[in-house]
Amino acid sequence: MSTEVERKPEGAADAGPEGTPLLELRDLHVYYGAIEALKGVSLTVGEGEVVALLGANGAGKSTTLKTASGMIQPRDGQVLLRGERVDGIKSHELVQFGIGHVPEGRRVFARMTVLENLRMGAYRLKRPDPADLDRVFTLFPRLADRRKQVSGTLSGGEQQMLAIGRALMGKPELLLLDEPSMGLAPLIVQQIFEILREINEQGTTLLLVEQNASQALQLANRGYVLETGAVVMSDEASALLSDPRVRAAYLGETIE
Amino acid sequence: MSADVSVRKPLSAAARLRRRRWYQQPRWQRLFGMVVLAVVMAQVTGEQGERNDLFHAIQANFQSTGILVWLAVLVGIWAVREFFGEQVGTQRRRLGGEIARPVQRLLGQVRGQRAYRWGGLGALLVFLIILPLLISTFWQQVLVDQIGVYVMVAIGLNVVIGWAGMLDLGFIAFFAIGAYSAAFWTGGLPVEPPFELNNFLVIPIAVLTCLIAGVLLGAPTLRLRGDYLAIVTLGFHEIVYLLARNLNEFTGGTRGAQQLDKFSVDLGFWSYDWELDPQPYYWVQLAAIVIVLVLFIRLEHSRVGRAWTAIREDEVAAAATGVDTVRFKLLAFAIGASTSGVAGVIYASKQGFINPEQFVVMMSVLALAYVVFGGMGSIPGVLLGTAVLVWLPEYLRDTVDAQDRFLYLGGLLVVMMIYRPQGLWPSRRRQHELKMAEEGTAGADALGAQPGGAQS
Repeated sequence: MSTEVERKPEGAADAGPEGTPLLELRDLHVYYGAIEALKGVSLTVGEGEVVALLGANGAGKSTTLKTASGMIQPRDGQVLLRGERVDGIKSHELVQFGIGHVPEGRRVFARMTVLENLRMGAYRLKRPDPADLDRVFTLFPRLADRRKQVSGTLSGGEQQMLAIGRALMGKPELLLLDEPSMGLAPLIVQQIFEILREINEQGTTLLLVEQNASQALQLANRGYVLETGAVVMSDEASALLSDPRVRAAYLGETIE
Repeated sequence: MSADVSVRKPLSAAARLRRRRWYQQPRWQRLFGMVVLAVVMAQVTGEQGERNDLFHAIQANFQSTGILVWLAVLVGIWAVREFFGEQVGTQRRRLGGEIARPVQRLLGQVRGQRAYRWGGLGALLVFLIILPLLISTFWQQVLVDQIGVYVMVAIGLNVVIGWAGMLDLGFIAFFAIGAYSAAFWTGGLPVEPPFELNNFLVIPIAVLTCLIAGVLLGAPTLRLRGDYLAIVTLGFHEIVYLLARNLNEFTGGTRGAQQLDKFSVDLGFWSYDWELDPQPYYWVQLAAIVIVLVLFIRLEHSRVGRAWTAIREDEVAAAATGVDTVRFKLLAFAIGASTSGVAGVIYASKQGFINPEQFVVMMSVLALAYVVFGGMGSIPGVLLGTAVLVWLPEYLRDTVDAQDRFLYLGGLLVVMMIYRPQGLWPSRRRQHELKMAEEGTAGADALGAQPGGAQS
């Protein structure tokens, strides 16, 4: 797992001044109609990091992620990618900046085959690299076995793998994952998180929203806890994992 | 059914719900359905009713031999299916397999080779070119006035519905706009154009006009899908229809425009005028259709086509993979509309007159039926489906009572949608979709419409 010391941005020129985080959200205010879903959320994701967003239902985790990926526009606040403002840019254009998005509920193209889904993932690249396909199939051997299968007939876990694989086909530097463990069996969740670790070790930065706090914090370097639209805690993942409040609220333990 | 008679115990709630009387059993319900169908068919095919004696025909049809024949046939079918269904089924499968296997093998060989493929296409094209020489004048008229025109419309509608997955119930509006553009630019409307044009030169103008109209319709409806979009497009059609009807000083109102210019070519050294004979129009149509098809088939397999497919499958996921959903949806609307506009120009020129009644909402519904019947998203399907559905009522003209023609068309659509919902010649993806819907593996309804019209 990469630490602060290892994080030497490769293309320092386009990465901006030293120490500029890959993604930074500054004081985001997001509204759904009159309802304020985010009340000033700020967070940073450094290059090569894995950052987890935790929180109960309705805390604003997914909204934060959707704002980062351009699917929702903030009324106030900024989204910065390598120090440059990207809020106001539509999500399909943000994909061109190297932000991959694995949407909530997987959303694979149900009537396309696995292979067609993956090809669609490389849509942003004018000339797709065949090596990317090999990479995805190495990460997810189960998809390789089912490459001709219509993806709507895959199991939930396989669909999640496909959704991640599809996002990887676009060669993202930053991958946003919205609840990759939703509705999956513990064993599959385990597998998916191991693969996510591998993806991170290959150099992709991850920002993930999770209900499954223990899995997420074991994978992540750092974590943020959201409550009713605001960040209430942020720390190293290991610190959060041992924090009694987090343990009580999200790991189902009672405080002794 | 086998309720315990000897000891009448009070049934539990579940047992009461599980108990089926004989008439609640599927088998007898199917028999009942067949009897109803026989009565309906006897009435439909029997004597016509009269205004001053409403019940005479109904009574006569019940007493005629027709009803007995229908009963015998339909109850016979029921009996064979119920009691010998398995034997018949296996026999049919065995026979079907024996016939299908060599055909499949042959088809496999032919498909594998480009030469056969191009040869087949070439032969088809030659056949289509000489087709009007082989048929009577009546069928030539049908071929040009209806089949040629609606094939073009259906090809355009297929882009919107079949490829981009947007349910458009007002497609004939663009056809009308094309026809009225032709009337305007050839000087057929009460308003004078800045300069009069040849019909061939009107085609690009009509394309442009319909492109703009398509974008104008598309832009405010981008957030809508499925049922909601269908209603909006229906409204759009009605607006265009009412404008054509009521803007007397521009469109000629209900009288429409008469004596429109025909196609003509004048190159100085050589000139040709299209007159009343339908054949020359047919070749113009065929040329236009072939050009459009070549362009569209290329489009289908391009990045644009892939983007449309992705939008059709899942708009959110399409945006997440980098597809500009707004742009491609507008593009689909515009391309479909302009195809329809070309058909409108050819129609106006051939007919020589247009009026609003030729562009009623029913036409839009029929256009939708052509596409669905043939197979949404499949070009050969759409061509075949349109040809069959336009041909059928004309064919029935001599076979059944004239008033009943569309009844048979409706019946065919009902039967088709029950037994072969994917269409005559479905696209590969459409087949997946229906298979999954049957297995319940995906929430795949007709157009992938999602509950809630607006999508954020």
